Amino acid sequence: MSDDFGFFLLLMSNGLLIGLMYGLIALGFVLVYKATDAVNFAQGEFVMIAGILVAAALGVWKAPLWLAAGLGIAAMIGFGFALERTTLRKLIGRPVIAVVMATIGLASILRGIGPTAFGAGSRPLPLPIPDEPIVVGPLFIPPIQLVGGLVSLMFLGGFGWFFVKSRKGIAMRAVADNQQVAMAMGINVQRYFGLAWAMTGMVSALGGIIWGNIIGVDVNLSLVGFKVFPVVILGGLDSIPGAVIGGLIVGLVENIAAGYVDPYVGGGTKDFAPYVLMILALMIRPYGIFGKKIIERV
Amino acid sequence: MIHRECGVLKTTYEADMGLYPLPIAKWTVGIIAGLFFAVIPLTLHEYYLSIANLVWIAVIGALGLNILVGYTGQVSIGHGAFMSVGAYTAANLATRLDSPWPVNLLAGGLMAAAVGAVVGIPSLRIKGLYLAIATLAGQLIIEWTINHVTFISGGVQASIEVPRPRLGSMVLSSQRDMYYFLLVFVVLAIVGTMNLVRSRVGRAFIAIRDQDIAAEIIGIDIFRYKLLAFAISSFYAGMTGVLYTYFLGIANYEQFQIGVSIDYLAMIIIGGLGSVLGSIFGAIFVTLLPIVIRLSMEAFGGMFLPQQVVLNLIPNLRLMMFGALIVFFLIVEPDGLNRLWRNIRSYFRIWPFAY
Repeated sequence: MSDDFGFFLLLMSNGLLIGLMYGLIALGFVLVYKATDAVNFAQGEFVMIAGILVAAALGVWKAPLWLAAGLGIAAMIGFGFALERTTLRKLIGRPVIAVVMATIGLASILRGIGPTAFGAGSRPLPLPIPDEPIVVGPLFIPPIQLVGGLVSLMFLGGFGWFFVKSRKGIAMRAVADNQQVAMAMGINVQRYFGLAWAMTGMVSALGGIIWGNIIGVDVNLSLVGFKVFPVVILGGLDSIPGAVIGGLIVGLVENIAAGYVDPYVGGGTKDFAPYVLMILALMIRPYGIFGKKIIERV
Repeated sequence: MIHRECGVLKTTYEADMGLYPLPIAKWTVGIIAGLFFAVIPLTLHEYYLSIANLVWIAVIGALGLNILVGYTGQVSIGHGAFMSVGAYTAANLATRLDSPWPVNLLAGGLMAAAVGAVVGIPSLRIKGLYLAIATLAGQLIIEWTINHVTFISGGVQASIEVPRPRLGSMVLSSQRDMYYFLLVFVVLAIVGTMNLVRSRVGRAFIAIRDQDIAAEIIGIDIFRYKLLAFAISSFYAGMTGVLYTYFLGIANYEQFQIGVSIDYLAMIIIGGLGSVLGSIFGAIFVTLLPIVIRLSMEAFGGMFLPQQVVLNLIPNLRLMMFGALIVFFLIVEPDGLNRLWRNIRSYFRIWPFAY
């Protein structure tokens, strides 16, 4: 095996694992869009605020990890419910730009609250996972990425099951499909909207713990949110398998682009390549790989 | 604007479309013009004039964005990038060719219009949320390209120094000079927008916003008018970028990042979508917000909190207030400050008699 091929494999494996973790964050976006047709431009900020909460619980209050993680997840679930009740419910039926701007405004609020409440400095978010990479042939696999990938797969599978088999999941799909008919069938639509936001909160909390461990916790953790859009556009805005596949594609493309193009242009390809891919996807297949094909055309 | 209207009876369409609903409106406009052209620049201190200049620049950008979002109904999260296109076009022309500012201004606007029309192409296939994400991609791609192509930006994280604009032999260096310089373009932008939206083109824009399929059926070429809306709006954005560059004296890509696109969207949401006066109100409001927060925190924050805490709090407070205001206006007053203004006016229209 030549060195070049080894390098390629290394980029691939890294990209796949990172891609799975993008999938986890994109899942939060997809859950909300699937159930409520609302878009969450604050997904990255959800992840950030959850990461800050957990890191603060670990670092300042010296809570054990299980308690800190539980606290973070519980807080984000409560936050999701509260947010839907106070803000998003009032915007139902308004034009797209209203919801987009409301979540952008929310993102701004969260960016302000995080450093004000917990300090502006970067915090570590230590997990009991070894730092030593696992070496397999030419591959170096950091254990945290492996754990992150596994957690992502677990949750993606779990939510997949939830939507297909469980009573609540089926009700949620009915709400997503047609709100009026769902209401006529006796489904409490607003409760399911709240539930969708709470589920997004939970997924974001997990994303915050994993990503916070990898890149540290401060305001910049929210930049992970910028990766969500290429992922969900590629996979389809309302598709859970799409979040995985989109995540994998974005992870692969950005790693390979960064590995082969960065040396010539001086860095930054990682943030750039997924968006080029996304533009192409929007032109060719705007509803994504798995998305429902009813996208309003002009 | 501030006069009380009474006995308005229009019998022709021309009268209904007129810029001045009543003869007295000319007086009102004259008084406001006098205030801004004579009283404010001659009485205010240079520091306050520099704030006024920032407001003027924002007004032009907000008007442009409102043409696209408010009148045509196409969302754009890429206006910061269009501004940077204008700014770098002008900066490169000024430093490489030593061209005068009118040429740079026009070239910057036209270049931004061209780029904006290209970014707007997806709007022919997709709309709403998908278009918002496509323009977001446009923003990030343009940002990255400008930052990484040395020919444009002079290298990663570099900035280009731009010479001050000159009129004949006079160099516009003080804030007062800049004030007049900018005010001319603000007037042009306001009059241009008001005339645009009541013309054939503007009515086509509004038809597309309200119901695009119906608009197509009554014979509006959607392809042409959507791209035209993107181009005109980006032209304003490009001009804004050039003027901002002349105001700062340097072109730097950090002045035009995604936060700027969001600021301008906030301006038109807070001010009022689809309204010229709303764009002006919103631009004033959003530009002054961080300044007022900083000044009031510096003045009063020290009474309750230690100095260091106050300094850390200011930027975060700005973010929180900004976000909270966007959400507040969206929920409570979707038509923005313009609607509040109209409510005040219609209250005083019949004052002091009860309805």
